[in-house]
Amino acid sequence: MKSKVAYFGVFTSLALIFSYVETLIPVNFGIPGVKIGLANLIIVTALYKMRLPDVFLLSVVRVVLSGFIFGNYFSIIYSLAGGILSLAVMAFLKRAGGFSVTGVSIAGGTFHNIGQLLVAMLVVETFSVIYYVPVLLAAGMLTGFVIGVTANEILKRLTAVK
Amino acid sequence: MGIGLKKKDVLLALIILCVIGFTVLIRTYIGGAGANRVVIKVNGAIQGVYSLAEDREIEINEGTNILKIKNGEADMVEADCPDQLCVNQKPVSLDHESLICLPNRVVVEVESKEESEYDAVTN
Repeated sequence: MKSKVAYFGVFTSLALIFSYVETLIPVNFGIPGVKIGLANLIIVTALYKMRLPDVFLLSVVRVVLSGFIFGNYFSIIYSLAGGILSLAVMAFLKRAGGFSVTGVSIAGGTFHNIGQLLVAMLVVETFSVIYYVPVLLAAGMLTGFVIGVTANEILKRLTAVK
Repeated sequence: MGIGLKKKDVLLALIILCVIGFTVLIRTYIGGAGANRVVIKVNGAIQGVYSLAEDREIEINEGTNILKIKNGEADMVEADCPDQLCVNQKPVSLDHESLICLPNRVVVEVESKEESEYDAVTN
């Protein structure tokens, strides 16, 4: 990637815009924490376009900024836990090979929710949140799938960015 | 357009589906009938235990959260936190279901009498 700083800026602002768009969609599945995770579209795309340390930084910057703008202190901690775990798993699967963009994204979606669930368990000191595991896994899988298919199409058309 | 799923992708999806199925099984096996009361915890410490059979409103944590018990279900009707996740959540009534307000560290858990005695022994 030639102008790294410029691309980093573009990706960051795109991720922020997606976070904003997400706040406009009134989704309430009756389960706290279930979101589409539009900003993850940028993270997945960036994973295939940038070096891993840069994607990691992008993920953290995105979470902190969108947390300050749209969320609160708590949402930053949850998103950070989910985002870092999700990115770690995605990077691992990508490096392991044999997975398509969609597969990597499905893993990312589910582990995003697992990360948040772990923090929730620590904060409220109860294990009963474990009863939301099936719903959160299914939701993560579904959103991961949608994000993965979309990211795949974006990557096909984004050949100019290198 | 092809989704381009590979063999490992499908395997991964199947594994996740198995985990979902397994956790659902555990949930229905342990949870379910017999739930008749809610335990309210703040910061992990028990604040009160209330029967689900009796309709009432409970102020938690000096009024930061208000829990309503009606028709055997517990519902968070008010919270002073900005995200309002627990208020938007559906009412709970099944064993081990919970309402959680993270900013105020309030946990409302449904449980059955028999099991909590068992817990007391094992703890």
